[in-house]
Amino acid sequence: MDILEKEKKLLKLEEELKSLDDPSAIKQITSQIKDYKQEMMTELNAWDKVLLARHPKRPNAQDVIDHIFEDFIEMKGDRLYSDDRAIIGGVAFYKDRPVTIIAQQKGKTTEDNIHTNFGMPHPEGYRKALRLMRQAEKFKRPIVTFIDTPGAFPGIGAEARGQSNAISENLFAMSDMEVPVIAIVLGEGGSGGALAIGVGNHVYMLEHSIYSILSPEGYASILWKDSTLAQKAAEVMKITASDLLEFNMIEGIIPEPLGGAHHDYKKTFDSIDQTLDQALQSFNNKTAQEIKDQRYNKFRSLGFFQRFNYDNLKGVIS
Amino acid sequence: MKPDELKSQLEKQKQFKHRLMHKQSQSINPSKQPDVPKGLYKKCDGCGETFSAKKLEKHTQVCPSCGYHFRLKAVDRLRYLVDEHSFKEKGLGYISLDPLFIEGYEQKLEDAKQKSNIDEAYIYGYARIEGMPLVIGVMDSYFMMASMGSVVGEKIAKSAEYAIQKRLPLVMFIASGGARMQEGIFSLMQMAKTSGAIKRLHEEGLLFISVLTHPTTGGVSASHATLADIIIAEPNALIGFAGPRVIKQTIKQDLPEGFQRSEFLEEKGMIDTIVHRHNLRHTLHKLLSMHEVSGV
Repeated sequence: MDILEKEKKLLKLEEELKSLDDPSAIKQITSQIKDYKQEMMTELNAWDKVLLARHPKRPNAQDVIDHIFEDFIEMKGDRLYSDDRAIIGGVAFYKDRPVTIIAQQKGKTTEDNIHTNFGMPHPEGYRKALRLMRQAEKFKRPIVTFIDTPGAFPGIGAEARGQSNAISENLFAMSDMEVPVIAIVLGEGGSGGALAIGVGNHVYMLEHSIYSILSPEGYASILWKDSTLAQKAAEVMKITASDLLEFNMIEGIIPEPLGGAHHDYKKTFDSIDQTLDQALQSFNNKTAQEIKDQRYNKFRSLGFFQRFNYDNLKGVIS
Repeated sequence: MKPDELKSQLEKQKQFKHRLMHKQSQSINPSKQPDVPKGLYKKCDGCGETFSAKKLEKHTQVCPSCGYHFRLKAVDRLRYLVDEHSFKEKGLGYISLDPLFIEGYEQKLEDAKQKSNIDEAYIYGYARIEGMPLVIGVMDSYFMMASMGSVVGEKIAKSAEYAIQKRLPLVMFIASGGARMQEGIFSLMQMAKTSGAIKRLHEEGLLFISVLTHPTTGGVSASHATLADIIIAEPNALIGFAGPRVIKQTIKQDLPEGFQRSEFLEEKGMIDTIVHRHNLRHTLHKLLSMHEVSGV
């Protein structure tokens, strides 16, 4: 039974609760619900995390922006081609201090999702992000990014307008930003499309979010030629927040309320707020050079390999 | 993982390392032994005509009748391109590990080594073209489709750092199916690593030329490959972020003729120029001369 089926059972219990009047029965069901929630969250596997990360009711970037920032003013367009709704960006106050926000936006309904292209950006989305990051750098305000995408959009227009180039230009510029960049994975962190706004001084992941080189479905289809092995792929790929923390790829995990972020928005926002506040404060007295170097060295050191004995090797001579 | 499972994995890795080390201590000299078995015939994917390996070798693996560019091994690329005996490989001794314990990955690495004659999908070093010194890096599509894992990412960053140290231009031949799936998230992070290293190269005022060859896709096309001062492509190379199959599946439409080929990218303004393999040495020499820096 995966987490979504367990949730259905939970929902049934909650429905039952609503129809009850008897205080002792209410008490009994309430405690049963609590126990069940606890139980279902203790045995999550990687695939359950994928389902939670993609949960249609999960708070999206706009929800987070609305609740932890003040006076958000959206800034649209890449000044080249169009405004990509899969990425929203702008400025806002965070604890009385201006910050630039860049976020991948998923919808909660099919209609919303068509509007935001299921959070899959086109090149113009990444170019808008770059434009706003440069603006942030000019005015020396920190950048906060929220990652939530299955990946960059694979389409004819996206390729014709330089999807590769749009992503690489972002990685290039972000590696050298003079202001602190804090990246937070809200739900799905899918491949280069996520990393293109994810080169942060600090990177955090929500407890049940995922970050991967490719969707588990895509991975299974490339490696084993069978996309139905997605559940197995999710296990071997190491895509959960605790995996990435183990690999030193992220600075921390943002705890979610029992049952997942969608069970209690307020608690989720408080949790994000607390982490973001601490992260930003840690850069208060840092110089631009220190900020650049810290980020560069962090990404420069990522990798898993060995090197040995190279002095005696001749290699290719041609 | 159970202790004995872990132990056997570690043992396997140890043996693997030993094998690599043993192989690596012998230098290979491709200029003396061109990798063309005699009497072998190859069919052109472009026009379907068949040619002897000898004839193709003479035409630097370009089809004499239709101009189709065959994929090149890194060692052959160097042999065709740089001044004889001028290439010295740098950045040796790297070994790819198997961080996710993916079944069959170690064997694949071993097979790829045999097939390509190099240790990993990217080699770089010092070379000269018509006497002009440069740092040259070549990705080898015969090595696991030149996918970028930790070692490839590290060596690409190292080659940029080597160019900075020597104050030389960097010319990189790109070919890649994208990030190396077997190394998962470690491969993804290489995109940030190589892009950052290339950024530092630009900050130093040094020239970076990338030559996109067939195929250049995925995480590699979306990182260092498209961050060059000058982007050259070989004719008819597949270049793009998403693979054509994925795009077709997503949009459920047929793709236009010539989509994601060099000529398409040139028309869309994504690359500087397309250069035929026979003219590459000449073009690169001219470009290097126009960007000559004092020093070394």
